[in-house]
Amino acid sequence: MEKLIVATSPHLRSTDTTHSIMRDVLIALLPATVASVVLFGFRAALMVLICVASAVIAEALFCLICKRPQTVGDLSAAVTGLLLALNLPAKTALWQCAVGSVFAIIVVKCLFGGIGCNFANPAITARIFMLISFGQVAGGSDTVFADQVAGATPLAAIKAGETAIPSLTDMLIGKHGGAIGETCAVALIIGFIYLVVRRVIHWETPVIFVGTVFLLSLIIKQDVSAAVYQVLGGGLLIGAIFMATDYVTTPINRAGKWVFALGCGIITVLIRFWGSYPEGVSFSILIMNILSPYIEKWCAKKPLGGEKNA
Amino acid sequence: MFGFKFLGNTHVPHRKNTAGMPAVRMPAPDEVLLHVSQHIGAPAKVVVKAGDEVKVGQLIAEAGGFVSAPIYSSVSGKVAKIEKYVNYYGQAVDAVRILSDGMMTVCESVVPPIINDLDSFVEAVRRSGAVGLGGAGFPTAVKLEAAKNGTIHTMVINGAECEPYITSDTRTMLDDTDHVAAGIALLEKYIPELEKIYIGIEANKPDCIAKLTEVFKNDPKLTVKKLPALYPQGSEKVLVHNCTGKVVPANKLPGDIGILVMNVSTLAFIASYAETGMPLVERTLTLDGSAVKEPKNVTAPIGTPIGKVIEFCGGLKEEAGKVLYGGPMMGVCACSMDDPVLKTTNAITVLNKKDSAPAKDTACIHCGRCVAACPHFLNPAGFSQTLNMEIKEDKMARLQATEVLSCMECGCCSFVCPANRPLIQNNRIAKAELKDYLAHQATLKK
Repeated sequence: MEKLIVATSPHLRSTDTTHSIMRDVLIALLPATVASVVLFGFRAALMVLICVASAVIAEALFCLICKRPQTVGDLSAAVTGLLLALNLPAKTALWQCAVGSVFAIIVVKCLFGGIGCNFANPAITARIFMLISFGQVAGGSDTVFADQVAGATPLAAIKAGETAIPSLTDMLIGKHGGAIGETCAVALIIGFIYLVVRRVIHWETPVIFVGTVFLLSLIIKQDVSAAVYQVLGGGLLIGAIFMATDYVTTPINRAGKWVFALGCGIITVLIRFWGSYPEGVSFSILIMNILSPYIEKWCAKKPLGGEKNA
Repeated sequence: MFGFKFLGNTHVPHRKNTAGMPAVRMPAPDEVLLHVSQHIGAPAKVVVKAGDEVKVGQLIAEAGGFVSAPIYSSVSGKVAKIEKYVNYYGQAVDAVRILSDGMMTVCESVVPPIINDLDSFVEAVRRSGAVGLGGAGFPTAVKLEAAKNGTIHTMVINGAECEPYITSDTRTMLDDTDHVAAGIALLEKYIPELEKIYIGIEANKPDCIAKLTEVFKNDPKLTVKKLPALYPQGSEKVLVHNCTGKVVPANKLPGDIGILVMNVSTLAFIASYAETGMPLVERTLTLDGSAVKEPKNVTAPIGTPIGKVIEFCGGLKEEAGKVLYGGPMMGVCACSMDDPVLKTTNAITVLNKKDSAPAKDTACIHCGRCVAACPHFLNPAGFSQTLNMEIKEDKMARLQATEVLSCMECGCCSFVCPANRPLIQNNRIAKAELKDYLAHQATLKK
């Protein structure tokens, strides 16, 4: 008699997998990647290649050496590598790119247990690690986040009190200083729309994050164009769209995500206006990453018909 | 502020291939196996012995308690033996194997019941062997008992049928509309406190909505409610909320807030029993799934081996991987093709080897889809985490605080999980552990 399989319900699964989600993120990052190569030249392509390759190889080797199941296939290492590359300025030395990628994968992700177990976003943490470690190496006397192609970032220029800042059109298409992937607002917004349409992320987190920064800047500066520059200059868009929406390091519930995005926006503005760095997106996301488990607990929804919040 | 929000938001494929096919009646099989635990509650007690002659509609097992239901023979013939049968919950229960003589002679005891008030109505329902035909199998008479103290003011009729493939309720609504209407009329007559009646039907069954709206257009109490075609509309508490706007408190039943929930097929059966006195001996079910050659709606005697139903419908086009009682979301696996059709079998789904292959699970990526999908606003990923807690008291306190017992195992969380986590399985483990723990605590207090 033929044997039947006996298992528990459900016997039907949606077609989405971790792999397909990460693939969608890679596709969403494609416009920004192309823009970075167009704007910053062949070197940007080289940086992307090195970051992605070293991230993937680092994870593959880690899994191999530690005899853990191979997780490279889920593409999350590739996403981390690509995000990191897009967050670095064009004159970052290539060896620094590789070191940053390996740091992101090994120290931030794998040592905490691999995919799903890291408490902080690997790409963000690696960016901060590089900012602190190589700030003087990569950019000589400049900071690593000043760029030779288009000069200092608009945010740094504004902070330093300079008046020669790029036009609004240049800000939108990305002809200004900054990390290779963060400058082209149009490409990032295309990626955002793709992710929302594919239901990979919800529109709320990026909109709340960016909206908070815009409104607070508007209140502080009393000037619409200054607030717009705060949104378009620096890493706000790439951070809000691709890093603040990272599943692993943000609260699991919807209300928690709102609080998370709001907190990111507030901390970003605090650092930008009153901190010593011109840029605060990375730090704000990292700080909120750490608070995320608590936010998640405070924002848990009351079960249907339940008496109190769990 | 944002208007009324429907519960249930999971886009499960519909696959209602058989929606246009009226049920065909299956001839009597050579033998049937009727086990005594086809409902929630105490198993029935067998009252026949090997060698007895039985006829269609003859009592073979009487209700084994207050929450229980009698079982009747579905064929005429001879009791071959009383055996032990392991049901799909893993319990060994008594089962009566009857060899059919093919005559389908109706028993003399099958006469229309005398119903003149609520008590006699509930008694008739009790004797009919009626259980919730949507799949849960809760004895219907026990639900109706609540009406005796006059607290029931609303009835919600379940025509949602939200599982993929299944269309047996759809066909009941379309082909047996008279009985559905008669069933509603009976309840309206004997429960005068009923103020509102809702029939909840998913939007993917426009013909059912149109037909029932037409039939009940002159009944001021009754509203046909169009529900979004999103899983799980047919779940009791989701249905009650989406029809009436009321929330059933956790760990309570709809009856506790004066709401009676009935499946359309149960109503139609009650009406036909009141008319003819023929107890629950046959069942309309949908046979479909990726391995089935010709999907069909079939009316089969209860106790018919699943294999015979499949054979009657033209067999399989591919080797079977899983055979399910019910649909693919909440269905329970049958262990063999000889397992019988039960009172609660609204569908048999046969999946091919490819669709039955176990999914490999990977690490949770904390995407929150399970949380967003849960119609009861629970946190399935959180339950799985809580299960790993070391200190038992803390673990149990946390499970209780997060209302794990509210989980009705609809399967949305596991369905949407991109990492194929065994979420619902963990919920079941958590529920079982917590129930055990609470029972143990209760004994300690005594």
